[in-house]
Amino acid sequence: MTVMSYLGAIGAAQKEAMLADERVVIIGEDVEANVYGTTGGAGKSRASEGDFLQQFGRNRIRNTPISEEVIVGAAIGAAMTGLRPIVDLSYSSFLYMAMDQFVNQAAKNRYMFGGQASVPVVFRSAMFYGLNTGAHHSDRPYPMFMNVPGLKIVTPAFPSDAKGLLRTAVDTDDPVLVFEACVLWGSKEEVDEREYRIPFGVGRSVRTGTDATVIAVSGAVPEAVAAADALAPEGISVEVFDPRTLVPLDVEGILDAAARTGRVVVADPAHRTCGAAAEISALISEHVFDALRGPVRRVTTPDVQIPFSPALEKQLYPNRVAIADAVRASLGVAAPTTGRDGDDSTGPDGSGGTPPSGQDAAVATGAAR
Amino acid sequence: MTDPAPRSLPRDTQLEMQRRMLRIRRFDERASKMVKRGQIPGTVHTSIGQEAQVVGACMALGDTDFMTGNHRSHGHPIGKGAPLGPLMAELVGKSGGVCQGKGGSLHLADFAVGSLGESGIVGGSIPIAVGAGLSSKVLANDRVSLAFFGDGAANQGCLYEGMNMAGVWKLPVIFLCENNQYALSTPAHTVTSGVIADRGSGFGMPGVRVENGQDVLAVHEAVSAAVQRARAGDGPSLVEVITYRYNEHSEGLRLGVDYRNAQEKAQWLARDPIVLFREDLIRRGVAAAEELDALEADVLREVDDAVAFSDQSPYPELSVAFDDLYSDSRFAVHRFRDSSFGTLEAVR
Repeated sequence: MTVMSYLGAIGAAQKEAMLADERVVIIGEDVEANVYGTTGGAGKSRASEGDFLQQFGRNRIRNTPISEEVIVGAAIGAAMTGLRPIVDLSYSSFLYMAMDQFVNQAAKNRYMFGGQASVPVVFRSAMFYGLNTGAHHSDRPYPMFMNVPGLKIVTPAFPSDAKGLLRTAVDTDDPVLVFEACVLWGSKEEVDEREYRIPFGVGRSVRTGTDATVIAVSGAVPEAVAAADALAPEGISVEVFDPRTLVPLDVEGILDAAARTGRVVVADPAHRTCGAAAEISALISEHVFDALRGPVRRVTTPDVQIPFSPALEKQLYPNRVAIADAVRASLGVAAPTTGRDGDDSTGPDGSGGTPPSGQDAAVATGAAR
Repeated sequence: MTDPAPRSLPRDTQLEMQRRMLRIRRFDERASKMVKRGQIPGTVHTSIGQEAQVVGACMALGDTDFMTGNHRSHGHPIGKGAPLGPLMAELVGKSGGVCQGKGGSLHLADFAVGSLGESGIVGGSIPIAVGAGLSSKVLANDRVSLAFFGDGAANQGCLYEGMNMAGVWKLPVIFLCENNQYALSTPAHTVTSGVIADRGSGFGMPGVRVENGQDVLAVHEAVSAAVQRARAGDGPSLVEVITYRYNEHSEGLRLGVDYRNAQEKAQWLARDPIVLFREDLIRRGVAAAEELDALEADVLREVDDAVAFSDQSPYPELSVAFDDLYSDSRFAVHRFRDSSFGTLEAVR
């Protein structure tokens, strides 16, 4: 085992995949210079040992023009004809530039051509939310793609998952979109440096608990764990379940986790309407309604665009305070009157989380809509 | 008529050109009738009048070369050598269709002959062809890829993203503009600035305009040069072929305004590519009239057989609607047995 960051684990998985199969190529803007940190070697220099360009050459490390539509479309075409591309699209907000290729080609070609086409391509992108990049770089658009049958959607929340899920993605004969949350980039854990794969459609119980279940997606997972930690001294025991892949979705795992406690909060950094939380909530209501002891609560980003100012942006996303409040609400208990201002709600990006309360809390859960 | 194209291709190749042009013509004539009789659901877009442009390009490619197309979709796979039966069954929506009834006329594909798919989205398949060229380059397998697109798609941004990428990476791609002069009802010159072929030079590639796109040998010669260039590793080419569709944009379409004048139509009808090539073959002594008559009768039988193949093919079972969405599981969307759209019962 080795300590790896989230970003380092992605780089390790890419290197493994490149070494394992000559059909794997990396395509994207600025991948030669390792601008986004997943195609580099041991050091900062391009000439340093293990640098992807040096190791694999320009035939397989392809710096692209800024042309998202043809980057995506050409990767699909290459996948249909023998390559297994990993496409680095940098920011998730840029995926819209290639929407036609994702929806009308990647998702449909196997189906529409009666199974003749195989489309083994991975599209990686990073959700730069919470980093004051403004509305054009902060999107968490995975729910839009969940609405497109034919695509697989992966949202790793831990370095070990990022590595194992990316290897599975490269092995998969279908188009896979991997959404990486930048707030997780620096997170570290022990990761097996050997090759391993994590199957799609199998969620992970991150933390066990008996009083309430938080089903958390992507960057909301560590916030849910922090909320569970904060609630423990209050005598509230919270399970945190991370589906890890949204398509295919571990419905059985989610339903079991929900039914175990009967009090469910779904935390999802995407927008509220038709988000991942909406689908997960609906599935729970449809299938294990009898096991519920109260309504399923959602903690999401409200349906607004992302403002630039840190004073405005920070409290819009599901954070530990909003998640903890939602758990307390589902249990019908009040927040302790002391301790909240003193708790350490440092976010994973290193900045202080602003504990919203009262009216602010309503905004953070989207309930004010 | 001047005779600029070399007429020295092997006799068999020339006869095969005429056969494939006839296949397209008779197949599309039959499909048109079947649409009007309600035997083909929806509509189709015929290549009638454009056969020389299609076949001249397809036969400049090798069997293992790749090709993508558009909504005017039947000619491309036929031109590349696909058998007619599964194509016809696809138009009708039968299980024996080349796409098992899941694609229909707009989305024909026959991977066995390198046809990677037609596209109902104007220009949408151009990047796919660029990607096929990228595969060939990375895997060094000497395959060439050709994107068919119309004068309408010539104004889609993805064409220029594709030309730029193919140009800078020297990919073995041919961008083949089938300029039939109308984007549905819109005359190309009213929506197109400059000459399409000239746009090649902006991306550092040859841009050739085949003025006589009704001459299958002229088209073949121009595309062959592009194929040769691609195989030599010199990169992509743009070939614009001027042609004309004889039918309406789609079969059954009735517009209040006739956007093409009678004189123009008559002039192009007088330059029927199949009639022209037949006369040319006879004049040059490549084939006798009787031989070509027999070829025509042969093709009519092939089309009859294709319809018979379709007729005897059953419609697909409803469960097929859930097949081939993903590679590894019929119900990969939700792994739960009773999820809202995970079972057939749920959608009934």
